[in-house]
This record gives sequence, structure tokens and C-alpha cells, in this order.
Amino acid sequence: MGATMGEKILARASGRPQVKPGEYIWARVDGTAVIGARNLRARLRALGIERVWDPERVYVTEDHLAPPPSVDAANGAVEMRKFVKEFGITHFFEWGRHGILHELFPHHGYVSPGDFIASIDSHSTSYGCFNVASCPINEELPLVLATGEVWLRVPESVRFILTGRLPGPDQFVVGKDVILHIAGTYGTDVALYKSVEFVGPGVASISMAGRFSMANMGIEIGAKFAIFPCDEQTLDYLKGKMRREPRPVSPDPDAHYSATYTVDLTHLPPYVALPHDPGNSVPVVQVARERIKIDQAFIGSCTNGRMEDFRMAARILKGRQVHPDVRLICTPASQAIWKQCMEEGIWQVLAEAGALITSSTCGPCPGLHMGVLGDGEVCISSSNRNFQGRMGSPKAFVYLANPATVAASAVTGYITDPREFL
Amino acid sequence: MRFQGKVWKFGDNISTDLMMPGSKVLARPGISDKEAAQFCMEANRPGWAQQVTPGDIIIAGRNFGCGSSRPAARMLKALGIACVVADSVSRLFFRNSIHIGFPVLLCPGVSQAFEEGDVAEVDVESGRVRNLTRGVELQAEALPKDSPPYQILMAGGLDNYLKARLAQGRRAS
Ligand code: SF4
Repeated sequence: MGATMGEKILARASGRPQVKPGEYIWARVDGTAVIGARNLRARLRALGIERVWDPERVYVTEDHLAPPPSVDAANGAVEMRKFVKEFGITHFFEWGRHGILHELFPHHGYVSPGDFIASIDSHSTSYGCFNVASCPINEELPLVLATGEVWLRVPESVRFILTGRLPGPDQFVVGKDVILHIAGTYGTDVALYKSVEFVGPGVASISMAGRFSMANMGIEIGAKFAIFPCDEQTLDYLKGKMRREPRPVSPDPDAHYSATYTVDLTHLPPYVALPHDPGNSVPVVQVARERIKIDQAFIGSCTNGRMEDFRMAARILKGRQVHPDVRLICTPASQAIWKQCMEEGIWQVLAEAGALITSSTCGPCPGLHMGVLGDGEVCISSSNRNFQGRMGSPKAFVYLANPATVAASAVTGYITDPREFL
Repeated sequence: MRFQGKVWKFGDNISTDLMMPGSKVLARPGISDKEAAQFCMEANRPGWAQQVTPGDIIIAGRNFGCGSSRPAARMLKALGIACVVADSVSRLFFRNSIHIGFPVLLCPGVSQAFEEGDVAEVDVESGRVRNLTRGVELQAEALPKDSPPYQILMAGGLDNYLKARLAQGRRAS
């Protein structure tokens, strides 16, 4: 029987001719990342681990509390730098040259099509947009760092066949809307323990930034991997960046998927997820009527803090003002994006509209700093999670949407369909 | 590994943000597990963390531990929760739990079989889950004895397992 993309990559990584769903394997990782690393050094030392299995394949930065908002956070960063020095890590990104890990590391060639990655942080599913089987880990980081291996139960695969053409950033309907639609329609556990594979003729109509958002939020539908095929757009994006030769995989015609869903992209509208779950998603038009007032609008995070996102926002905000009762916080996913936004004049447009522009950080997304929500506040956010308390107060309300919807809502002061600005 | 304890019931999609709120815990990287655990479920069940007694058991609905990879299982362990049995569990939460030696069992239908305050008996090796209050018995997925997660759980967590494995490697080379 044929193999899915996830099965092919796991077979190679575990040195077997094939793997079967349900079996336990040990797989060799092609790369891993470390962020923060507050207790890591001490834990490794206690285990007698003095070096990582391959310093070339370990990437380190701090993005969640960058730069530190407290002494406690600063002390965490002190530990991180000690880890970097003592363990001979060369791929370390200091603040100013940093970014949110999921944007930063692919940008520096950390992933190549066909890779198997097991990496810290739940949104490590993101790298799947590059035809990579990438699963998040956390507690087992010392195992991976010491041995370069990780155990896995081979997941079943499910596939979403995408048909039609996504309207795209020109029409303010992007990858974020596809994944919110999927989470709302099929449930946030549709892919629990599974490898999700996005295939079909519709894939070509989704930009790399859009695929990134979808693979990123694969974790929001429970996925272990969220994998796209490798096409010209993939290779174009990665050209000149990759440190390893690509080994792209595609599913065999007779590969087994435990479920298949078909999504027609052609008439997809912008979506919004209502508090407190990414699966509470509905087309924006349905809530626009209710005129839900917002206090904060946030464009950023590893899901939607890229050029495509800020370009859409700038189109809406050009010559307009952020509503007097709203603060719009714009946080690029990396400093490289910050610089490009400056060069393209996007910051000029946003600043004139009255937006707040920050350096790259996770910031408000996990409720850490630079935009934490207070009691009773309402926020519309381009990030990926609106769990109760996620962005600060448990009494705050977070709506998730694409960056165009966030920008449009920042202008009107209530949740708004961005297509009104076309 | 067998536990008997009083049941706390939780619903579907209990996220790790609820167990380990970012603004209270992640914002303070130096905080101890014990201190951090005081904020566990503060948003959805204020005061709960202070009512837990060591040995209590959590019975939950679908997708328990969804969301962030933060080490939220450590919060439950620090409160003295003996184990979690849920209809389904997020993959990351499951892995994190096993790696700190904290048993989490997948048992579809379990949320229907328990009310809060019932007494549960859980046998981790066989996967047998009993409601002693109501006399109901269910079968959870049992980990195969030769699987890495079983071995890691039985070693008491990754650190013990890894120490033994590295020592073996050193002897072999
Ligand atoms: S931006 Fe948010 S979701 Fe992305 S890595 Fe940072 S905290 Fe996690």
C-alpha cells in the first residue's frame, strides 16, 4: 500500500522501508529549536549531558519575552546565553536580529522540504508549509538535544482536498480564513494525534504566508503534523536560504487516509473566531451586524505577522485613522520583516493612522507584555488562540481574524468585514 | 501503578492556558511549580487549586490539555493530582505528562461515567478505570509494555529514563 507524506518522511527518519500508523518508532530529527531555556542548562547538567548531538542543527533565540519586561525574564535570558556559550551553539539570534522562532528559523534555512523536525513550542507544526513533518515537543527537549532522536507513535493521516481558488490578499481572504473555517466546521479535534495533509488543486492559489498560517494553526485542530506538498512557490520561498538539499515528498495515489474532507476555496469569506475557542468561527458578515465594539486590535504573532499581512493592513489604513477608542498594536514576526515594512513605507502609513508599532516579539499573543488585556476588554487579534485568559485577564474577550479584518475593525471601532474597504 | 481518589470533573477543550496562565506564570520564568500551580484553572474555576487534596483524580471530556506546549502537566502534578482520565487528550499534553512521569489515560466515554465527587480507581498498566461510587467499569487505552512512553512513565519520567539510557550508551562505547 502507498504512503502519505507524513509516513514517507517518518520512514526515512526512522531508517525503515515503511511505517504503519499506530506503531512506535524512534526517529532522527533534522533540526530542533530552543527558546528561552531558563531551566534547560541546569537540567542537562544534572543529567550529565555536556554537549548537544549536533550544534549545527540546534537553533536558539528568545521571542516570548523579548526584550525582557522584568528582572525575572532578564535572568531567564542570562541562563539562555550561558547555555548558548557552554554548549557551543552557533545559531543564536540576539535581540535586534531575532524574530518569533517559527518565522526566524525557516528564514535562516533551518528547514528543507522532506525534513523531520521535532521542536519546542506548539506552533512548530508551522514548518509543515514547507513540506516538512514537524511536530511540537516540550518536556523531551533534553532527549532530543542529547541524542538527536525522539520516539513517536506513527500517526494516522487525514487529508483536506482543497479545490477552487482562494480569493487571496487582494480580496482580503487568506490562509487564516481557510483554517478558521476548517476549525469551525470540522472541530478543533478533527486532527487529534493525526498528520493533516493539505492537498489538491486549490493549494497553488494559497500564498506561502497563507500556507504558513494554516500549518501553524494545524495545532489548533489537534494535529501532530500539518503538511503541504512542495511546489514552485515553496522552492521559490526557500531559494538561497536552505542549509540542506530538499527531499520533497508527495503522497502515493493509493496512500491511506483515515478521513478525507473537501473544501472549496472559491467563495470562502473572511472568518472570525468568537471567544473563547478557535473553533467558534463564523463568517465575519454574521457578526458585523452586531457592531461588537473593540478596545484593542492586534496584528502580529507567528500566524499573521508577515509582509502579506502588513501590506493588507496598510491598504486599509492608508489615509484613514484608527478609531479614537481603539489602540492598534502592530508587531512583526521578525526584525527582517520590521526592516522590510520600513523600506516599503508600511510603517509610515500605519504610524500616520495612529497605530503602535513594536519590535518583534510574541508580546500580547500569550498575554506576556506589550498589550496585555484588562478586565472586560475586547480585542480582535490576528494570532491563533483566544482561550480564556490567553491574552491577559480571564475577563477579557478575544476574537481571532485575518489582519485585514483586524485593520478594518481598528478603523470602524467594531468588528467589521474588511471587504467593505475594497 | 494504581490510584484511588476523589473525582474532579472538567469539560471539553481545557487548555494549557487555563492550567498555566501566561500572564501569571510564563511572565515569571523563575517561578516554582508549586507557586505557579496556585493559578491553575484560576480563570475557569477560581479557588479550585486551593481545594485539591493530594491523590485526587481528574476526569475530563474531549481534547484535554489543548493548545500551548507549556509544561502544564507539572501544575497538576504539583497540586498532587494522581492522574487524569479523559475522553481524549491533546498529543502535546499527553507527551509532556508521560515525560514527567504523570499518568494520563485516554478513555472515550469516561466523562459520561463519572460525576464530581465520585471515587475513581485507575489501574494505569491495565487501563482499567472503575467508578467505585456507581459500580461502573471502563477500559482505557493501555500503553504497550514495549513502547517508549510506557517505559518512560514507569521509569518515573524522562530524566530517570535518559540517565539510564546514557549510562548504558557510555558502557557500550
Ligand atoms: S506568537 Fe504566540 S503562538 Fe506564536 S510562538 Fe509566540 S506565543 Fe506562541
